[in-house]
Amino acid sequence: MLTHLINGLQLGSIYALVALGYNMVYGIIKLLNFAHGDVIMVGGYIALFALTFGLNPVISALLTVIGCTLLAIIIEKLAYTPLRFAPRLSLLITAIGVSILLQNLAQLFFRAGGRPFPSQLLLPTGSFSLGGVSLAYTSVITILASIVSMILLAVLVKSTKLGKAMRAVSEDQGAAQLMGINVNSIITFTFALGAALAGIGALLYAVRFPLIGPTIGAMLGLKAFVAAVCGGIGSIPGAMLGGYIIGLLEMFIVAAGLSRWVDAVVFLVLICVLMVRPTGFMGRNLMEKV
Amino acid sequence: MFRNHKTLSRVLGLVLALALLAACGSPATPAPAPAAPAADGNAPAGDAGDVAPIGEEIVIGLLAPLTGGVAQFGIAVQQGAMLYIDRFNAQGGTQIRVIAYDEEGDPANAIVGYNHLHDQGVTAILGSVTSGPTIAVVPLAYEDGMPMITATATQAGVTFDAANNRVWTNMFRSCFIDPFQGTKMAEFAVGELGAQTAAILMNNDIDYSIGLTDAFVAKAAEIGLEIVATEIFGNDTVDFLGQLTNIAAHNPDVLFIPAYYEDIALIGPQSVAAGLDTVMLGADGWAGTTDLMDDASSIEGSFYLTGFTVESTDAHVQEFIAAFEAAYGVAPNMFAAQAYDAAAILIAALEAALAEGLTPATDEFKASVIGHMAATNITGVTGYIYFDEFNNPQKTAFIIEIRDGASRFWGTF
Repeated sequence: MLTHLINGLQLGSIYALVALGYNMVYGIIKLLNFAHGDVIMVGGYIALFALTFGLNPVISALLTVIGCTLLAIIIEKLAYTPLRFAPRLSLLITAIGVSILLQNLAQLFFRAGGRPFPSQLLLPTGSFSLGGVSLAYTSVITILASIVSMILLAVLVKSTKLGKAMRAVSEDQGAAQLMGINVNSIITFTFALGAALAGIGALLYAVRFPLIGPTIGAMLGLKAFVAAVCGGIGSIPGAMLGGYIIGLLEMFIVAAGLSRWVDAVVFLVLICVLMVRPTGFMGRNLMEKV
Repeated sequence: MFRNHKTLSRVLGLVLALALLAACGSPATPAPAPAAPAADGNAPAGDAGDVAPIGEEIVIGLLAPLTGGVAQFGIAVQQGAMLYIDRFNAQGGTQIRVIAYDEEGDPANAIVGYNHLHDQGVTAILGSVTSGPTIAVVPLAYEDGMPMITATATQAGVTFDAANNRVWTNMFRSCFIDPFQGTKMAEFAVGELGAQTAAILMNNDIDYSIGLTDAFVAKAAEIGLEIVATEIFGNDTVDFLGQLTNIAAHNPDVLFIPAYYEDIALIGPQSVAAGLDTVMLGADGWAGTTDLMDDASSIEGSFYLTGFTVESTDAHVQEFIAAFEAAYGVAPNMFAAQAYDAAAILIAALEAALAEGLTPATDEFKASVIGHMAATNITGVTGYIYFDEFNNPQKTAFIIEIRDGASRFWGTF
């Protein structure tokens, strides 16, 4: 049972990191960035190539995070900025378009099949026994890495000037601009930050599922989206909570011998949350301004 | 309406064939040198020296997933089949033209592809690659009397219509059938490994995995191998830790995983994380797994069954491997080898029908091709092949062991 718990937490950590990216972007420009999962896919490839090239694991990890960040900035500048004042639906459709574009570009450049990821070059593989329970090193490292990332993020958002600016832009763009905040650069920064977390998520995902293919981001992105909605879209602690809930839920469904039902249950949860509590567990119930 | 359409296509086919004959123009000149006949007849030598004049053209279809999740199979099949066809065409004489259709591993798309190829007037179809799309297409091909051969679709339903208890007489294959593989691996577990308990981890989304599991379970019950756990997953599953943890709790002697290479590449490392220590058994879907794993130590000591191995010392096989490497720069895998044999079987039948003076693309021609395929009796690169009454090839199984991180020939079983 404890093994299942750890496995679920590991999976949940990855979902939580990805969900944070969704939530930060949604919080600031009300966009469900469906290309987020595919940024992770690209991150997986960057890590794969860096490690196979023989680069030091720390440098490879940094390259992955920087690569994801740059990609997100490029996407934001090319695809989303021109639509800043367009209807929200146009933005959403653009995001789906970017997602499809990235998947197909990856298929074009990196071929359709999966490529093996050299996880053992990045993190120690194998497992150790703790009180009779077998724990994989990668599980423990993943959980710790995600917690550390989230604490750093929380500190950044709560206690720095940049974080304050982000919250201000999220609250009211017009007012923030009047107060002398450069809204454009704050939005770009938010995208970059979400993508940096996605980069970390890509590394942790690749270690656990060492096969990188053009479509790995699709399901991961969807699951993380469910996590984001459950936790409360736009809320940072909500994303973390949602990620852990979905990860644990999946693992316990499998543990109960109902592995075939995992995806169905996860999306059923999404529907239930949307019906019963559309703002999620930790979302604020704001009246829509008219 | 349909009948009219058929007549039309027949007339068009005839016109096309006549036009071709006219285009060939010059009367057939005798073969330049009465050189010794090419090797075994089924492996065209392709020597530039004895090129016969270009003869009649026969158009065949290739139905395969060339993109998508099972593209690796489709591309291997295309490469293997095209190698045989290119070498055959290089001999001069009858020319085979191939129209390829990418069905993306999707049964619905395969039906679209079949109709497309049929409308193009193909005489026979090589394909499809995985069982699902092939089974979707077979009834249509049966109605049309279209000769078909698959190199890789291993499920029983590909050549046998269980619902109506009849054989799809037009459909052949150059690979093992699923029950054969599941049965063999259960026998292998008990006979060679002395296993008493077994667990199964299967993909409940694909016919291939279900077919193998059923046969394994049936054989296990017959020979006293106890199934202690059966865990399932789906097409999109990347996380197997839960299932593997459940299996580890039963500590089975062997774990049978009838799945494709991409799943195994993920299951292997996760089995270590789940603390599972058992002998894993697989089937031909495992071929290519070690190429997808950076570190295959997690599946060290596993066994799977295959219809082809490059470690064979047979000269005929080594010649094929050299030609494949020269053409594509990589060694052929089982799918490519089976496709090479499938093309050989099909083309031998096409030539036999042509020798009877029939016109390609006509119904008589197709019926003749089907008759000749049923009477196949050749030694291909994957072994000696003849068909049983269900159009399934009778062949030996090769057991492959994962040793030192690579797939190594263990022996025949």
